Order: sequence, then structure tokens, then C-alpha cells
Amino acid sequence: MNDKDVQRREELGPDRRQEISSLERRALLKLGFAISGVFLGGSVLSLVSVRKADAAGAPVIGGYPYNPHYTMVIRERHCIDCELCKEACVKTNGVPAYGYRTTILEKRRALEEGKFETTFMPVLCNHCNNPPCVRVCPTTATWKDKTTGIVGIYRPSLCIGCKTCMTACPYNARYFNEERRAIDKCDFCFASRLSKGEKTTACAAACPADVRVFGNLADHGDRVYRLLHAPETLIWVLRPETGAVPNVFYVNT
Amino acid sequence: MNTHLAGIFPRSGGLEARRSTTLTLTMALLALLAVAGIVAGIHSLVAGHEHTFGVSRGVPWGILIATYVFFVVISTGLCIVSSIGHVFGFKEFMPIAKRAVFLSIVNISTGFLVIAFEIESSWRMVVGNVVGANLTSNIWWMGTLYGFYLVLMVVEFVMLQKGRHGLASACGLAVLLTGIAANSNLGAVFGLLNGQWFWQGPYMPIYFVTSAATSGAVAIIFYTVLAYKVNGWQMSEAMKQSLGSVARLAVLMLAIIVFFTFWRTVAGVTGSAPGRHEALLALLNGPYRFNFWAGEVLLGLVLPLVLLLATRGRNINVLFVATLIAMVGMFFMRYDLVILGQLVPPYHGMGLVDYPEFYSYSPTLHEQLVVVGGAAFCGLFFLLGERFFRGHLVDSH
Ligand code: SF4
Ligand code: SF4
Repeated sequence: MNDKDVQRREELGPDRRQEISSLERRALLKLGFAISGVFLGGSVLSLVSVRKADAAGAPVIGGYPYNPHYTMVIRERHCIDCELCKEACVKTNGVPAYGYRTTILEKRRALEEGKFETTFMPVLCNHCNNPPCVRVCPTTATWKDKTTGIVGIYRPSLCIGCKTCMTACPYNARYFNEERRAIDKCDFCFASRLSKGEKTTACAAACPADVRVFGNLADHGDRVYRLLHAPETLIWVLRPETGAVPNVFYVNT
Repeated sequence: MNTHLAGIFPRSGGLEARRSTTLTLTMALLALLAVAGIVAGIHSLVAGHEHTFGVSRGVPWGILIATYVFFVVISTGLCIVSSIGHVFGFKEFMPIAKRAVFLSIVNISTGFLVIAFEIESSWRMVVGNVVGANLTSNIWWMGTLYGFYLVLMVVEFVMLQKGRHGLASACGLAVLLTGIAANSNLGAVFGLLNGQWFWQGPYMPIYFVTSAATSGAVAIIFYTVLAYKVNGWQMSEAMKQSLGSVARLAVLMLAIIVFFTFWRTVAGVTGSAPGRHEALLALLNGPYRFNFWAGEVLLGLVLPLVLLLATRGRNINVLFVATLIAMVGMFFMRYDLVILGQLVPPYHGMGLVDYPEFYSYSPTLHEQLVVVGGAAFCGLFFLLGERFFRGHLVDSH
């Protein structure tokens, strides 16, 4: 995703955003959306409500593949780079100093002369619907859970450390944990929190700016669902061209 | 038992290896380097790559993967050139067949030795590959097939030594098919990674098999001439002619690699696949330009082609020089392929601050020791092979 794209799309206005090719439509469907909307510029997508999509005759596919379909929506422009999420992740999941499960990248774009706008972009494992890391693992040490869709290293004792999954991941989400002698990565805090009854991830809980919204995309009442289906919202994902079908979405609302 | 071994290790006939102090010292040195490499490798596993290797989160595969690729591609290639003679019956390729089979075993073993230190929890492989077998994983297929390949190759070699030619060539065919399947899977390990645009592409498996045939032709000439030189043997007419034929094959294969390299470059420069373009620019005109122009193009392709064509593969000394530099060039090719494919960071071009345009990687002492150790291991077993198998001569029946 290119930040300039977002800017340009925002300037285009809702009407022109409808000008999309069938290729882009298909790309959107592949992301697993129950509702189809518009998918712009190959990387920016915008969704409209079910009713509107139906009226427009846009194709609709049934439901989300998982339930709960865990998803994170990042309200990017609200991020202030306090890194409390990183701290919480490290503490909760025992992440060593040389590694990280999530981090914050800094983007800068030029406004008018001499002025810049800085935004912070949190990144983490996208729990891809078509995870390249899972396909390449020779020993099935890592897989995507059939119920939750969470991609994890469920059998670290089988991880041989070939690091193929690291080269396969389009998001650089994985690192080799020297202590466990196995790959480690974000598991949406499944082991440390969700499996113990908590409802959200450590990073989302720690964020003071309400940037990270974690939830179940298959539940129409859930906040992530509502955020992603609000009419005329610009939504984008990172590197959609790789076909990994990510589940971390970025918005500026 | 003894008679079995006697069937495998010839007591007489063939060529007597030279026994000189220099040769013994050379072997001792090679053994020492191999041990040093193995010690460095074991230490890296115990201490962890984080503290011993140059690999990182951004560049998880380093020079050892390149070295592994280098050796197993040569091994597959040696298997291909050996099969031309003793499986498919082309007489000109007969004299090199036995040596090629033996060295194919040595090269794949070297590859395995080296990669055992790059796979950071490699001891789990034995159980993991069986219990967790993932049939969609190219690396699983590659490892499994190369495992079978090694076993079959040893059987083939024993049959050859015992003069059971029917069985040996049946085995040879099986080895050839397994080797090519394994090798193309190795290509697919790289080629099927979407999002790693420098590698990605269906031509990768084909490129690997072509590279194998090239390496095999080049390597067997190199090793054969070297064997005759260090042992002071006189080369028979049949062997000279055989090398001439292999040299012609090498020229053809090198030309195909030139073709591949040229079109990959043109496609990468003119196309706009994110990442591939940047990686290619780094190769052509950036930090890797020496590797590319001097290593891959000059040493790996142009000079060997010119030398082989100029002497039409007849001058033994020129053959030796041409294949030696071609092998060096091939190492550059493997290295650049493995490393460059990882150097463009995933979020490049997004206007990120404090984010590298390129990752960097350089091998540490530990990694270099393992590479040198692997090469020494290979060299040592090559020399021992010449001694114990008496010049790998092929009997005329
Ligand atoms: S490093 Fe571990 S988890 Fe990753 S592909 Fe290899 S065995 Fe699988
Ligand atoms: S972001 Fe990377 S590690 Fe996470 S599921 Fe996708 S490919 Fe796998």
C-alpha cells in the first residue's frame, strides 16, 4: 500500500471510487469479504453496506471462512508511536530483545513545501487466509487453525529451523527464537490470553489511542465488523499483490 | 564381509595413486579444515545463529544455503552426465561415468553437511520430516527426494564397482529421476514464493535443472583433469575424447545459461515487478555488480565459453582452467541468487523513515569456516576416492 494512494483515493470522492475493474473486484472477493465493495488501485479498498452492494449488483460471497474470524483493524492515523503495545506484547508473550512480534514503522509524506506529515504504521502477522508460511513448512510445525484462523507455531518441537517460512512471509512477521529453538510470531495472544478467556490481545488492550481494534469479523455486531463495513470507508491491506489474503486491515476512521 | 569389500574396493588394476609427502600433507590440511568447519558449525548450533552467523530476520538464509545449493546442484549434474554413458549407453560418456557417480555422492554429502549447520534445529529433522510431513512443501520434497537419491546413489556405485552393470544402470535411471525431481523442487523452493519477486517464477525449477547439467559437465572435467594431474597419471585417448565430448555438452549448457541470464535481466529491468527491479539494479549496477559482472558473467560464463570454444575442448590444461573458473563463477551465481532474493525489504517503497532500502548481509567467520570446511571435506573425499578406487577406471565389458 502506498500512502499516496490513500490520499489520492480520499481526494477522489465516493463517486469516482466506484470506478473499478473486474480484476480489482475479484481481488476484493479473494480477501474473503461477505460484502463486496470497491477495490481501488490494486491496494486500497473501500466497502459499502450489504444493501448498497446488492443494489449495485455486485457479487456477494457467503460469510467469512472462520468463526470467530479473528481480525485486527488498525486505525492508523491515530497511532502516536508510544510503543506501549510493543511493551505489552513483549511482557505477555516473553519476546526476547532480539526479536519482535509486532512493531511500529514510521511513514512520512510531503505536504506542501517543506512540510511533512508523519504517520505511524503498526505491523504484525496478518494471519493470512492463504498463508505462504504454512504451505512451505516441511514439518507442519506451523499451521492455520481451522476454527479461529490464527496462524501459529502450534508444534514448536517439530520446527527444524529451516527458516523457509521466514523467507516466504510477505510481511516479515517471523523470527527465530533462540531460547525455544523454534520460530515465534504473533498468535493474536492465543496462547497467552485468548485461550485463557481474555477477549482481546495484549497490544490492543494496552493501546491508549484505541488504534488496534481486535475482534471477530464474522460477528456483525462486533466492532471490527462495523469498522470495516461502514459505508464509504477507505480500507487497505498491506501487499495485497502477494495473494496471501491478510486479515489485518488499515483504516483512518 | 571381506570379499564383499574386495568387490567394492579394487586391490589391483586401474591407476595407482601417487604417494608423495605433498599429497599427504594436502590431505592432512584438508582434513584439518574440514574438522575446523564442523567445529565452527556445531558451535553455531549450540550458541545460536543470532550470535555466530550473519543471517538475520530480514535475511534468514545466508552463504550456507548458497553453498548447499552449489554442491547439490553439482551432484545432480554429475548424476546427469554419468547417466548419459552408463544409463543411456553413449560410449563417449562411459569413461567418466564411475568418477561422476562417486563424486556425485561426495558432493551431495558435502551439501548435507553444510546445510545441517544452517538449519538451526537440524537434529529435529529426522523425526519432524516423518511425523510432520507436509506434502505441499517444496522443501520437504526436496529434502526427502535428495535423501533417497543419496541412498540409491550409493547402491548404484556399489553395483558399478561389483561390475553388475544391469543393476547399476537400472539404479542409475532411478537415481537420475529422483535427482531431477529433487533438483527441480529445490528450484521451486525459490520459484514458488509469491512476494519474493526476485525468485518468483515458474521458470525457476527449469533453470535449476539446466544449471545442474551445466555444473555436472563442468565439474566432471575439472575433477577428472585434477585427478590425473595430482597423481601424475597419463590420460588415455578414450578419456581425452570423452572429456572433449563433455566439453561440447558444457558449451551448449553454458550457452543456455547465458540465454537465461540475459532474458532474466532484460525482463527484470524492463518489468516493474516490485522488488525484482530493485534487486536486479543492485546486481547490475549496485553493491552486487562485482559479483555479477566479474563473478557470474566473466568467470561463470564468458571466459569458460571462450576458452572451451577456442581450444575445442582438446587442450587438457585449458580445459582445467576453463572449468575451474566456471566453478568459481557458479558459486557467485548461487550466492547472488540466494542472497539477492532476500535483500529488498517487504515494505520498501512505502516512504518509510529509518527503514532500509536494502537489507545487508555478509558472512561471519563461523559461516566462512563452514563453507571452507565443506569444500575441504569434498576435496578430501575426492582424493581418497581416487586412491581407493584406483582412478575410477571403467572396464571395457
Ligand atoms: S523454520 Fe520451522 S516453522 Fe518455519 S518452515 Fe522451517 S520448520 Fe516450519
Ligand atoms: S503474515 Fe506472514 S507469518 Fe503471518 S500468516 Fe501471513 S505469511 Fe504467515
